[in-house]
Amino acid sequence: MPVFIPRNVDELVDVFQNHPSAKLLAGGTDFMVEVNLHGRKPDTMISLRKVKELTEWSVRTSQTRITIGAGVPFAEMEFGEIARLVPALAQAARTVGSPQIRAAGTLGGNLGTCSPAGDSLPVLAALNATIHVIGPEGSRDIDFVDFMVGVKKNCLQTSEFVHSVSMPIVDGWQGYAKVGTRNAMVISTASACLVRDSDEGFVSIALGSVGPTIIRAHNAEAWLMKTTSLRAGAQLEASVAQEFGRRVSLESRPIDDHRSTADYRRHAIGVLAQRLLTRSFS
Amino acid sequence: MTSTISSTGQRHGTLGTSASRPDGVTKVQGGFAFSSDMWADNMLWGATLRSPHPYARVLAIDVSGAYAIDGVATVVTAADVPGKLTYGLIVQDQPVFAAIGDTVRYSGEPIAAVAADHPETCQRALAAIKVTYEVLTPVTDPEDCIAGTAAMIHPDGNIFRHQRIISGDTSIEGVIQVEGEYEIGMQDQAFLGLESALAIPDSGGQGLEMYVATQWLHEDRKQIADCLNLPEEKIRLVLGGVGGAFGAREDISLQVHTALLAMKAGRPVRISYGREESFYGHVHRHPAKIWMKHHADANGKIVKIESRMVFDGGAYCSTSPAVLINGITHTQGPYKCENAIVDGWAVRTNNPPCGAMRGFGVVQACFAHESQMEKLATAVGVSPVEIRLLNAMETGDRMITGQIMDSVAPVAQCIRETDAIPMPVPLENSADLRTIPGGTGLTAQPSNIRRGVGWGVSIKNLMYSEGFDDFSTARCRISNGVVTIKFATSEVGQGFTMLAQQIARTVLGVDEVILDTIDTQVGSAGSTSASRQTWMSGGAVQAACHAALAQLFDHVATKFEMTRSEIEIDGTDIMDRLTQRRVSVSDAISEIDIDCTEEYHHPPTEDLDKNGQGNCHVAYAFVAHRAVVDVDPELGLIKVVQIATAQDVGRVLNPLAAMGQIEGGIAQGLGLAVMEEIIVKDGKVRNPSFTDYLLPTFLDAPAVEMVFIEEHEPKSPLGAKGIGEPPCISVTPAIANAIRQAVGRELPRVPIRPYDICL
Ligand SMILES: Cc1cc2nc3c(=O)[nH]c(=O)nc-3n(C[C@H](O)[C@H](O)[C@H](O)COP(=O)(O)OP(=O)(O)OC[C@H]3O[C@@H](n4cnc5c(N)ncnc54)[C@H](O)[C@@H]3O)c2cc1C
Repeated sequence: MPVFIPRNVDELVDVFQNHPSAKLLAGGTDFMVEVNLHGRKPDTMISLRKVKELTEWSVRTSQTRITIGAGVPFAEMEFGEIARLVPALAQAARTVGSPQIRAAGTLGGNLGTCSPAGDSLPVLAALNATIHVIGPEGSRDIDFVDFMVGVKKNCLQTSEFVHSVSMPIVDGWQGYAKVGTRNAMVISTASACLVRDSDEGFVSIALGSVGPTIIRAHNAEAWLMKTTSLRAGAQLEASVAQEFGRRVSLESRPIDDHRSTADYRRHAIGVLAQRLLTRSFS
Repeated sequence: MTSTISSTGQRHGTLGTSASRPDGVTKVQGGFAFSSDMWADNMLWGATLRSPHPYARVLAIDVSGAYAIDGVATVVTAADVPGKLTYGLIVQDQPVFAAIGDTVRYSGEPIAAVAADHPETCQRALAAIKVTYEVLTPVTDPEDCIAGTAAMIHPDGNIFRHQRIISGDTSIEGVIQVEGEYEIGMQDQAFLGLESALAIPDSGGQGLEMYVATQWLHEDRKQIADCLNLPEEKIRLVLGGVGGAFGAREDISLQVHTALLAMKAGRPVRISYGREESFYGHVHRHPAKIWMKHHADANGKIVKIESRMVFDGGAYCSTSPAVLINGITHTQGPYKCENAIVDGWAVRTNNPPCGAMRGFGVVQACFAHESQMEKLATAVGVSPVEIRLLNAMETGDRMITGQIMDSVAPVAQCIRETDAIPMPVPLENSADLRTIPGGTGLTAQPSNIRRGVGWGVSIKNLMYSEGFDDFSTARCRISNGVVTIKFATSEVGQGFTMLAQQIARTVLGVDEVILDTIDTQVGSAGSTSASRQTWMSGGAVQAACHAALAQLFDHVATKFEMTRSEIEIDGTDIMDRLTQRRVSVSDAISEIDIDCTEEYHHPPTEDLDKNGQGNCHVAYAFVAHRAVVDVDPELGLIKVVQIATAQDVGRVLNPLAAMGQIEGGIAQGLGLAVMEEIIVKDGKVRNPSFTDYLLPTFLDAPAVEMVFIEEHEPKSPLGAKGIGEPPCISVTPAIANAIRQAVGRELPRVPIRPYDICL
């Protein structure tokens, strides 16, 4: 089986265009499981490891946006500057697998797999992140909501790959919370990211593992912004947080499976929403 | 030769010290050869075709497609089994392969095996085998088997065993009565070193050598020999490096398949399971439903216990009858009670086969009786500690089987010592959120958390029961100044190899002890299970060393003119007590040849009669657990903060190893309490992977505070009791009781799932 190891983005574009059936390999933490466990047999592989550009991240000089390369591993998002600028992403990154998985697994791989349980995805959804994609026709920017189109489905076209993800640096509070049946290294049964922009008086909440895609609870967000002030210094009534949780839970669309039940997921997502909102005020 | 003396004056590596393990460094550094690392020249890879259906008739098997694939050496099916077509530990009811015309009885049952030049070729060959099934409706509810309404799914019937215990005055009624119906889910042993075997046929095709990760070499050999129609002495079994067992390697899994392929191909063959196949390849802990009713007087003294226990044994017998007996004979737990009516069933269904797992039937019974003790404490209005102390069993008590407790029984001491262990500090508002329920998921603040405390105390039988003579053999050779110990005891990770060296060093006064290969070229050691090897194989090694020592003393008395009756080992010297003359052991053994093989047998036991009466168990060990658990009642998430435990160990032979057993057992019991379950629906395993079969991680593991209760057991050759099983038994109900206390729910089932707590 041919394995290509492009050294830069241009080489990557070329080789992927010439081998449209090739599979991209980043950290391999999803892909190798597919191969070893589910008998997937790729005919050609493209390793992304040596494409330096993909492993970089940068902050716009205005300090308003951060762009993270698809090849940046979770371990790098857990601490340091990225964690300071996008704390919810750091929290999400910390929940991923074990230290070994976080050292290898990447943001691009999480987007490539696009599982409703992908831990970075609710953060990207809540932050309205933009996915920067490159392909034979050039590059395009896709809003996260349009990028993920179903369970393990994204809108990448043939020979397109994720180059980087850009998201705003928000002045306010943000947090990620994930429910699983053990205290670390667990696939989420429900997760949520809440971002409160206290400058704009704006809130967004995105839900993982409670529907076929990441769900933005738009109705609950709108209700909350109408009901209470979210600006810095505002107070939150406990009953409002509770009602917010109830409304968020109504927007979830969970299923029963061997990991949990739809009822529990619906309940848990409401509790997470209520708690995240409360935390954003404390 | 000089010997190293520690600051306490004790030699390193003798009994009572934390001697290091001979396999320790290589295991930590990754150099240890597990059975799945085995390799032979010209070796083929083997793989197994399994039924996707829990119950179906096999109408046709067409293997021609497999042979058409390049690199496939051979395929075996039931038609290729030269000897007995079935195997099994107690009764041989499990087919080597499902035959045409017969039925498969569980999802994952083997149909055929292939050997080929590469694992990938094997997978293609398996896919090319065509099996035609007539799919049948599986029997999955044990109650249907008991009622007799289920279809007979095996010629032996659907009941593995039904046994009652009728004891004492059964008409007595307690003024206080508590009852409950409890359920225990199917737990997996989840060892890390997956099943693997390498079979090497001899050139004439008359016999073979096998390297297997197993718990009992001789029993494997017997079953393999029967199926292959070979005399046992034509098969040499060698222990392949074993990465954990916990009961899952007591039954045959891939042994016969590997041997058949190797004999037919005339080449070495290795089969190694992956994690998913491992879930189908070995037996699990029995899921069980237990109803229990305790009668007590007004003070809370238990006067009678009634119970009905149903163990789902799955498709084949394995050790189900023995598991059932362990369950029902431990109904009373570590408490005084002579009056009982117990009705126990182990039945056959089309669910995955169940058999041995650490705790062997007692885990299920203990979950029920310890849940009951908590209810009883509440009903009487006393504390969990008081109710248990009030009823604590003692040596000399008559149990519900009529057997007299003749082991050291420090039940009250276990409870008191556990109670004396300081409680953890209360949860602080500044706590690291990763250490509270929800862990790295950051789901809660300390203010969301409620803390509960729960107790569990247990009794566990040691060694095999009901008349079984599970003896152990060991051989001690002293030749040219070298001491070599040989045994067939499976080292599965528990540290017997280390213990054997400790015993030999202590008895013989030597520092260097060579361990011979663990194989079938010495007598049986019985199984590494039932908390028995320290007692049984330890006893055998000690006996062999003593026999050798006696000969050595004879030799020394003559050669060095010492008084035979007055010589003894003093450190690494042989000393004449009368004359104080000394000679170092290393000098004394430099020119002699001694070779002693000894067996160790425990006292005989009896079968139970129809009323469940009889001296069926050899000995017992006890332990108390107190669990402190933080619970997020709204999300149903849990963090076990601390387990305090005092365990009746007889005597600590190696403190570090004892700690390891206790901490590991607690983690396994915690797993059963809150996360570990094989989810079976319509006869199919839904979570055959470590993605979905969750084991505790370090963030789930509690702080363990332990006390060893050291009251030497006079019946035990080393004064020590087996310590492998007790740690995992009562910790499960202790955790459940703590959660119940925190949230005020009955929670009759383990594992306790988040939604059991919060919905
Ligand atoms: C033990 C274990 C635990 C895990 N725990 C978690 C967890 O808690 N949370 C979680 O979210 N995930 C978890 N995962 C899944 C996995 O680690 C993540 O999804 C990770 O983000 C995948 O990244 P990767 O770099 O390893 O991707 P790979 O496996 O290399 O690739 C995954 C997919 O993405 C595609 N791909 C990779 N890079 C790109 C790109 N730049 N553009 C387009 N497509 C691309 C690949 O072709 C492939 O289809 C776990 C996995 C394991 C094995």
